[in-house]
Amino acid sequence: MATVPRRVNHMNISFLLNGENVDLCNVHPTTTLLNFLRETRGLCGTKEGCNEGDCGACTVVVLDQDNVRALNACILFLPQLAGKAVRTVEGIAPIDAPSPIQNAMVDLHGSQCGFCTPGFITSMTAAVINGDCDHDTTLAGNLCRCTGYQPIFDAAQVAQNMPIPDWVEADRQALVACAGKERTVAQPGSSDALASLLIERPDTRIIAGATDIGLWVTKHFRDLGHVAFLNQAHDLAEINACEDYWHIGAMVTIESLRIWACQEIPAFADLLRRYASTQIRMAATIGGNIANGSPIGDGPPALIALGTQLVLRCGDARRILPLEEYFIDYGNQDLQPSEFVEAIRIPKAENTLRCYKLSKRFDQDISAVLGCFNIGVHEGKITSAVIAFGGMAGIPKRATHVEHALIGQAWNIDTVSTCTAEWDKDFAPLSDMRASAAYRQNAARNMLIRYFHDISGGIVTQVHEVSL
Amino acid sequence: MTISKPLPHDAAFLHVTGRARYVDDIPVPGNCLHLAFGLSTMACGQITSVDLEPVRSADGVVSVITATDLPFANDVSPSAHDEPLLSDGRVHYVGQPLFLVLATSHDAARRAARLAKVDYIVHPAILTIDDALAHNSRFEDGPRVYSRGDVDYALPKAMHQVSGQFEIGGQEHFYLESQAALAIPQEDDGMLIHSSTQHPTEIQHKVADALGVGMHAVRVETRRMGGGFGGKESQGNALAVACAVGAKLTGRPCKMRYDRDDDMMITGKRHEFRITYTAGFDGDGRLTAVDFVHYTRAGWAQDLTLPVADRAMLHADNAYFVPHMRIVSHRLKTNTQSATAFRGFGGPQGMIGMERVMDHIAHSLGQDPAEIRKRNYYVAASEPKAMHQTTHYGMQVDDFNLHELTDDLLSRANYTARRKAVEEWNANNAIIKRGIAFAPVKFGISFTLTHLNQAGALVHVYQDGSIHLNHGGTEMGQGLFQKVAQVAAHKFGTSMDVIKITATDTAKVPNTSATAASSGSDLNGMAVKDACAKIKRRMSEFLANQFGKDVEDVQFVNNEVHIGRRVLTFKKAAQLCYEGRVSLSATGFYKTPDVAWDRIRGQGRPFFYFAYGASVTEVAIDTLTGENRILRTDILHDTGASLNPALDIGQIQGAYVQGCGWLTSEELVWDDRGRLRTHAPSTYKIPAIADRPDIFNVDLWGKENPMMTIYRSKAVGEPPFMLGISALMAINHAVSSCGPAYHHLDAPATPERVLSAVERVRNGV
Repeated sequence: MATVPRRVNHMNISFLLNGENVDLCNVHPTTTLLNFLRETRGLCGTKEGCNEGDCGACTVVVLDQDNVRALNACILFLPQLAGKAVRTVEGIAPIDAPSPIQNAMVDLHGSQCGFCTPGFITSMTAAVINGDCDHDTTLAGNLCRCTGYQPIFDAAQVAQNMPIPDWVEADRQALVACAGKERTVAQPGSSDALASLLIERPDTRIIAGATDIGLWVTKHFRDLGHVAFLNQAHDLAEINACEDYWHIGAMVTIESLRIWACQEIPAFADLLRRYASTQIRMAATIGGNIANGSPIGDGPPALIALGTQLVLRCGDARRILPLEEYFIDYGNQDLQPSEFVEAIRIPKAENTLRCYKLSKRFDQDISAVLGCFNIGVHEGKITSAVIAFGGMAGIPKRATHVEHALIGQAWNIDTVSTCTAEWDKDFAPLSDMRASAAYRQNAARNMLIRYFHDISGGIVTQVHEVSL
Repeated sequence: MTISKPLPHDAAFLHVTGRARYVDDIPVPGNCLHLAFGLSTMACGQITSVDLEPVRSADGVVSVITATDLPFANDVSPSAHDEPLLSDGRVHYVGQPLFLVLATSHDAARRAARLAKVDYIVHPAILTIDDALAHNSRFEDGPRVYSRGDVDYALPKAMHQVSGQFEIGGQEHFYLESQAALAIPQEDDGMLIHSSTQHPTEIQHKVADALGVGMHAVRVETRRMGGGFGGKESQGNALAVACAVGAKLTGRPCKMRYDRDDDMMITGKRHEFRITYTAGFDGDGRLTAVDFVHYTRAGWAQDLTLPVADRAMLHADNAYFVPHMRIVSHRLKTNTQSATAFRGFGGPQGMIGMERVMDHIAHSLGQDPAEIRKRNYYVAASEPKAMHQTTHYGMQVDDFNLHELTDDLLSRANYTARRKAVEEWNANNAIIKRGIAFAPVKFGISFTLTHLNQAGALVHVYQDGSIHLNHGGTEMGQGLFQKVAQVAAHKFGTSMDVIKITATDTAKVPNTSATAASSGSDLNGMAVKDACAKIKRRMSEFLANQFGKDVEDVQFVNNEVHIGRRVLTFKKAAQLCYEGRVSLSATGFYKTPDVAWDRIRGQGRPFFYFAYGASVTEVAIDTLTGENRILRTDILHDTGASLNPALDIGQIQGAYVQGCGWLTSEELVWDDRGRLRTHAPSTYKIPAIADRPDIFNVDLWGKENPMMTIYRSKAVGEPPFMLGISALMAINHAVSSCGPAYHHLDAPATPERVLSAVERVRNGV
């Protein structure tokens, strides 16, 4: 293997900012949009609240021909914007003609200190353009410490039927006019191009949504060396139905996956709704979620429970392995130099998947424990069981002892309540700031009881099912 | 009439268009330097060597400052001079500033700040309440004790007793705008500071001391904060002083803003408490005696701990008359961030102790806790004054309106029927349990340090009839500027657009108190009213004389001045007054009457009046996982004759949700080396939008304050925070449905704590 010194590759980038062309030469590739807006352009309406994509004060609207997304500018690198149009709070309406969203926020007292407000305005704007009226979901990634949210929610409702702003179409037309400028060697245009690049430069750090890698830069000051951005590799972002599986490209965003899953695997879609926030889901990709090997990523346990296979590509060679085999140990995955996650294959088989995520806050939190259950029952007997957990080990991990203990048993409350010893064989979780080991172990066991009642029906099993 | 109108926040249009300017948004000269602190990685010890060479040679670094480079005072403490800006060699907590980096960009300063090589002799750290008690590590010589009657005599004689102990976690402010300051050097030793602070005068004072100049050489300006909540009462001192010193030493403007993680690692939070209680009561649940011990974890420096812990003691009665009462308060010194002011200022912790007692009594008697609470209320204001009772600190409670307010709220909330429905649900549902609870709030209004209860204002009427308004209060989102502008417009009979609200500025109004203790509009509204009255009087006298009328014949209404039957526009009147050489500028002043407090004896009248409110919250909990959720909240809150009902309701909604966050999802976790593990929003969870109650009814009581406050309104900043206590009490109720034992649930009621309480109740321990 050739050892090429890792050196950062500066890049040329063009995008639209509030309707104006921006052409940048020789930009450091990990310059964040937030710093660019505030420090270079003097556009200070976009705020830094946390610098890690958790508070939404830096939300901007990013659009291209296919999508309109609310994204966190603090962990959005400029090369990710190539060929796209950005609208900041300053660019969503003329000062003398505020948008209905802005008027509603004023009239209903949706701002107090005002610092989070621009982020709410931009999130609501993206939601209106997308026709999304589920405000608890679209605004879960915008924190407000002053209002208690009620007036913000009310404002979102009042403004939800406003007309789509004219600049959406104008920006799209302008993007057509300047198309073609965006691609550089560090932005491979296809899976093939990426495969070649990685053979040539195995030291390349590939960046998909940057929702994790962004923090390496903003919080840990890591030098990423030679980088490549995957946002132009459109064939990696496809979802295709094959004969007995769904092919999901690595660059499919979590939000696209969620929308797809609403039809195909609703239990998976419900889980993905709680995956970080709208802003993060619109940037983060399923490939990135798997490749980073996190023990608390929300995608892998559910995918493992569904029997998902992973497609790894190196040059022209591909290998396919069960997803759980990819995770070897904490921080260690089965990925060779020059190899990358190209896609996943989710079986089309019937499933009885349920996913239970435990966290201190319901929305936009990282799992303390995530349990995903897919148990088959035939004539009162358990015939198959795949149970996978996040947060219970150094990797996403199956509860194999529990699975074995269940298979062949009668499907009843005694069975699910009495395999206590098996849980201890499967997991020895850690204590950390999210939960103690004892709680994790206890709650994991109880999840199986919840699953039983959930599948059996007739009893309320979750606080979010209660309404007055 | 501009008073009592539900006008939007004065800067609402600036907020929604991104044009509201915060400290970090102020354009700075190109030679501005950006600052960052290098932080301690040890909780306790002595620095033996610091190698700053890697910091100095890092890209963009212009200078590195240590304690020995400081020209004058190395002190940013608001109280006891025990808080050096930069370590003097001793290290007191993980996150303590050791040195200061000045660089050409914010990023460069942050990167470089991590490059120092610091060696320590590590001493054993005192991290927890138990550690501190074991080492007698505390502020003040011993515990402070406030008492009334004879608890030792009365407790054993009580028909019934309950006792218990519980922990109440601290709380991170999580203002969305992290701390920030900008210093711009002026000629002749002058320094202009822009600071995101609730206390410009203290910033001015600390900067003057650090620069070795008089306060007259330092001007502090604060247009707005992106949230404060008490977290910017004293915690901005370090940044402002750092910038001022940096600017003094380099001659260049210096700006500092904390990255979120740094902010959470460095700055103080709400005080964590442990409370033990023994309560004696009769068969009806009426208290005869209560004995409380408060253990508060104050962190490494004194900061505002003494008045915070005092206020906790002053609110240990909440709304209830207790014939014999004692509170022993330990203010414990630990090697953690120095706990500081946070909305309620100790009041919430003191109050929750008593609410826990109420809950425990009701549980032990098997009665509705709402009934027990009502039975223990102070005598109503409507009863003859001779019957009014005094608090355990000797203040007569003359304005107690909770009897009426409670009945009104319980009826609006349909409490009795819903409590029955909850019990039916619990009998029929094995996994999800529901709970409902009522809790009242009585909160004392005034600074307990009596001399702080003063305010100043400066009002100018210009010859074109426009009005420039300034006062000592700061704007952190609460809408103070708008409320005070409404007062000014009301006085002059003008529309709001005539009034120009301007940034708080120590050069306009000196010697201000922090905008804290919910006092902002009470104090500054009165000061502005005074200033306006002076100008109005001068104008009236001149105009009456000019048109041969009496002063009483001059009226200011509808942007006009009526002198008898003659009508002038306000603009014309101002112009005539100017030409008539009338002074159109005035200062205003106000000091709260009647307050006097001896904090050592624990006796006196610390408060001008009380603010009241009450809430009913219903929740659901999951007995398999401990997850919980608020289903419905009803609030009735007393803001007197509201100056602005829309802003008041906003304060109540926001405070309630913030209070619920404190008691449910917001958990601060330190590891056994004293490192805060929850130092970013990824790990510290304030409520998100879907955490607000599904049904959220908030109403104002709407009756005038019997005390002479600004247009008979009441303070609103802090009191509704404690309405969130009803959410914790509702979780208690749900947990109690799982078995006969009392739950002993600690706060915050995370899923883990709730599940553990459920299991204890089920197992009868």
